[in-house]
This record gives sequence, structure tokens and C-alpha cells, in this order.
Amino acid sequence: MLPTFNPTDTITDSPTNLPGAIGVTLTGARLAYDGIVLFDGLDLTLAAATWTCLLGKSGVGKSSLLRLIAGLTAGATATDLSASDGQPLPSRIAYMAQQDLLLPWLSARDNILLGSRLRGRKAPRDRADELLAAVGLSGRAHALPATLSGGERQRVALARTLMEDRPVVLMDEPFSALDALTRHNLQDMSVTLLRGRTILLVTHDPLEALRLGDRVLVMDGEPAHFLPEITLPRTPPRPTATPEMAALHQRLLAQLGVEQDWPEGA
Amino acid sequence: MTWLRPIIILAGLIAVWQVVIWATQVEHFILPAPAAVASALVDDWDLLLDNAGITLLEIVIGLVLGILLGCLTALTMAASTRARAWVLPVVVASQAIPVFALAPVLVVWLGFGLWSKVAMALLIIYFPVAAAFYDGLRRTDPGWLDLAQTMQASRWAVLRHIRMPAALPVLGSGMRVAAAVAPIGAIIGEWVGASAGLGHLMIQANARNETPRMYAALIILALVAVALYFLVDRLARRMTPWQSVTDPSRPANAITNAASKG
Repeated sequence: MLPTFNPTDTITDSPTNLPGAIGVTLTGARLAYDGIVLFDGLDLTLAAATWTCLLGKSGVGKSSLLRLIAGLTAGATATDLSASDGQPLPSRIAYMAQQDLLLPWLSARDNILLGSRLRGRKAPRDRADELLAAVGLSGRAHALPATLSGGERQRVALARTLMEDRPVVLMDEPFSALDALTRHNLQDMSVTLLRGRTILLVTHDPLEALRLGDRVLVMDGEPAHFLPEITLPRTPPRPTATPEMAALHQRLLAQLGVEQDWPEGA
Repeated sequence: MTWLRPIIILAGLIAVWQVVIWATQVEHFILPAPAAVASALVDDWDLLLDNAGITLLEIVIGLVLGILLGCLTALTMAASTRARAWVLPVVVASQAIPVFALAPVLVVWLGFGLWSKVAMALLIIYFPVAAAFYDGLRRTDPGWLDLAQTMQASRWAVLRHIRMPAALPVLGSGMRVAAAVAPIGAIIGEWVGASAGLGHLMIQANARNETPRMYAALIILALVAVALYFLVDRLARRMTPWQSVTDPSRPANAITNAASKG
């Protein structure tokens, strides 16, 4: 059964010590693998407490860019990465991948508490159970990942990300392995629960980008650069069935190199 | 029906055995009749049991020490690349020298008693365990390692909380292999020089032309080995309870599954 998620009634009603929002600035990023330059001299600014969605063809280097910001690329050079408040960035970034990355031997609750466990801190179980409830999985604290559906697993991953309570969240296609309905639900849930944080979302799906992003960027070329960005009004998640959204969708598809072989006005 | 099948298979094998004897008229000191072996089993029961106990003790001590040492080696190699550079050649060398060739040396060093056989079993077990566990520790899902890094986990914490548990299923496979080969080590040790044990009993019976006793010892040995395998298999499953949920087909356990399903 698909959980219904109402964006208005969650723990966000009770303020949860949200860390001060910070922006992220990346200047002159360069990344090369085996002599192939993915990008060079790339600049990117993520404004505090906004969703930035990053689109691009496969292999253009958008995941690599995200990984670079996450500190997961060894050998990236000439990169200047800083937070808007001048404090160190790495300990203020949370990471969410396409795979849920749940440890199969840990229960849902213990997976959510993985960060504290890894850092050797006391595990705040009550907080973990609160987050489980927030993602609609109260009562499943002891469930092993294998007994959860794909959508449920990704919701546990979202709760784990929230547990880290970091002001910057980097998401690498976290919704792309889910079916359409589950994806829609999880997108709404993420927008609500991650509100106030600075998000970079890498995605393949132009509609997802338009639905969630305050800004949509397309990466293109070899080495890659950014095409002129789209800035979206109104707060996400926004309806995508409007004429202007349809036009933006067309524009993004064109930028992503999708041939449009249907007649004009169809 | 499932529990009946092994019995039917056993009865079938004994029948074939008997038919071979009737058909070929083979000499009884080459292949004794099932009835002769059965009576040896009954007559020599106490003797067989005493010696089986000794062999079992050798195997179990060798197994425990071999698994501990193998795990320790794998962990050392996984924890530091510098340690790996020193330890890996030793591990490979331990496998390059045939254990058979070492048996006489070990008997000279450690005597005719228990410990030369324990050492043999240990040597033969060590490599599959160390190799399997190390392999498991190296093949951690890179996504998990990325996640741990963004959580500021120390190397030790990653090893302890992610790489080690993730490698347990592979360690389980290594332990199953170890349990299957452990009796070889103990028996070779007993053949080379011993005053007790099933291997010793077989060599003695062979020399005295007491073939039925030799076969009886062989049957006991087979039972001990099979029981040990299933015990270790049970243990390996207990180590990875999430596996039965994750992957019902469990390819590492094809043998056990086939057996338990009958």
C-alpha cells in the first residue's frame, strides 16, 4: 500500500533545531579521469536554503560534480570549495544516493542511527523513532531492509539523512529507482522535511527538476559547462501541468539533446 | 519423504556395494562385505569411538585456531596496506608449500601427540578462511564507504561497523570450505606419525589386514566430517541472520540446501 503523505502535518510543525542555513560556493572546479577532462574552471554557487537541480546527459559529469562537493573524489585539483559562513564544509554535508545504501544487517532504526554509531557517539533513539514516524514508517523500527519495499527503504534513507541534521544535503538521483507514484510521494516528503536546508539534486528527469528546484541547471559539453539556468518562482513542490511548465520542459529536453519529432502544437 | 530420502540413498549404496562383491567375487581383504564392516563397527565400537574422539578434538582445535588466525590475518591486511605488503607473501607461501610435505616436519617438531595434527589441520584451514574473509573485506559496496565518509567515520569505525559485517557471508563460505578440508589435515598427520586417532587406527588395521575395521573407521570419519560441516554451516548462518531474508537462494550454500531439502 502506498503511504499517503500530507506535507502540512509533520514534525516540521515542531521546530527541530534546524542548523543555520549556509550557501556553498565552488570556484574553478576541475576533474579529470585518465586524461579526460570532465570539467575545468567550473563555478557553482548554491544559495542558502534553496533547491538546485542539476540536469545533464549521462556521463557529462554531474554526479562527479556532486561527489566533488561531497569530498568523495580523490585527486580533484584546483578546487576552491567554501561555505558562505567561512566555516569548514565537510562535516556539514549529508549525502543521499540513488541506492538507499541501507546496511542489510541493521534494522531500520539502526540504519538511521548509522552516523552516530560510526562516529562513536551515543545513539539518540527517540530522535530516530521521531524521524521514522515523519517518513511514515512508525512501527517499522525493527524491520530489516530486506523486508521493506523500495520506496520504504528510500524513506529510511531519507530519515537517515535527516538524522545527520546537516545544513547541506547532496542528492544523487535518490528518486530515480522508484516507480512514478512512490517517487511523487517521496519528492513531496523530501521537500517538506528538508525545508530550510541547501540542496543539490542531481537528476535525469527534467520534470522532477522543474517540480522540485528553485533553480535548474543543465550541464553540457566536454569539458562540461552550465547552460543558461532556469529560475523558478513559487515554492516547490510545484504543479508541472501548467503551460509555462510544459514550455520549460520542452526547453530542457532540447538542451538535453532530445529530438522532438512530433508536429508543432500536437 | 524428505527425511526418508537419505535413508533410501544409503540403502541403495549398500546394495550396490553388496552386488559388486557378488558380481566380482573380490577378495574380502580388498573389499569386505557390508555385513563384515557392520560387525566390525559393533565389535570395535569402543575403540572406534575413543579414536574418533581424538581425531575430532584435533580437527575442532585446528578449526577454531585456523579460523581465528585466518580472520586475524585478513583483518590485518584489510586494516593497513603496509601490513598487507608484509603479510600477503606469508599467506601465499603458506599455501604454496604442500601440507603433505610438511607433515613429517611437524611430527618431528611437535611430537606424535595431538599438536602436530592440530597444526596440520590449522595449516590447511588457514588459507581458505584468510583468503575468503580478506576478499569479503575488500569488496565492500563502495556506496557504503562513500556514505560513511560523508558521516566522518574513522577507518576503524568503517572496518568495525561496515566492512566486517559486510564480509561475514563470505567468511561463512570460507568457514564451510575449512570445515570440509579440516579432517584431511588431521588424518594426514595421523598417518605420518601418531599413537591414536582414526587415521592411526586405519593405518594399523591396514597393516594387519583387518580391512573391515579400516572401513568401519572410514565410515566413522565420514560421519564426523559431515556432522562437523553441518555444525559449521549452522554457525555461519547464525552469524548472518539477515541473509536468509536477503537472498533465499543462497548460492554459497547450495550443498547444504540440497541436503536439507532432501
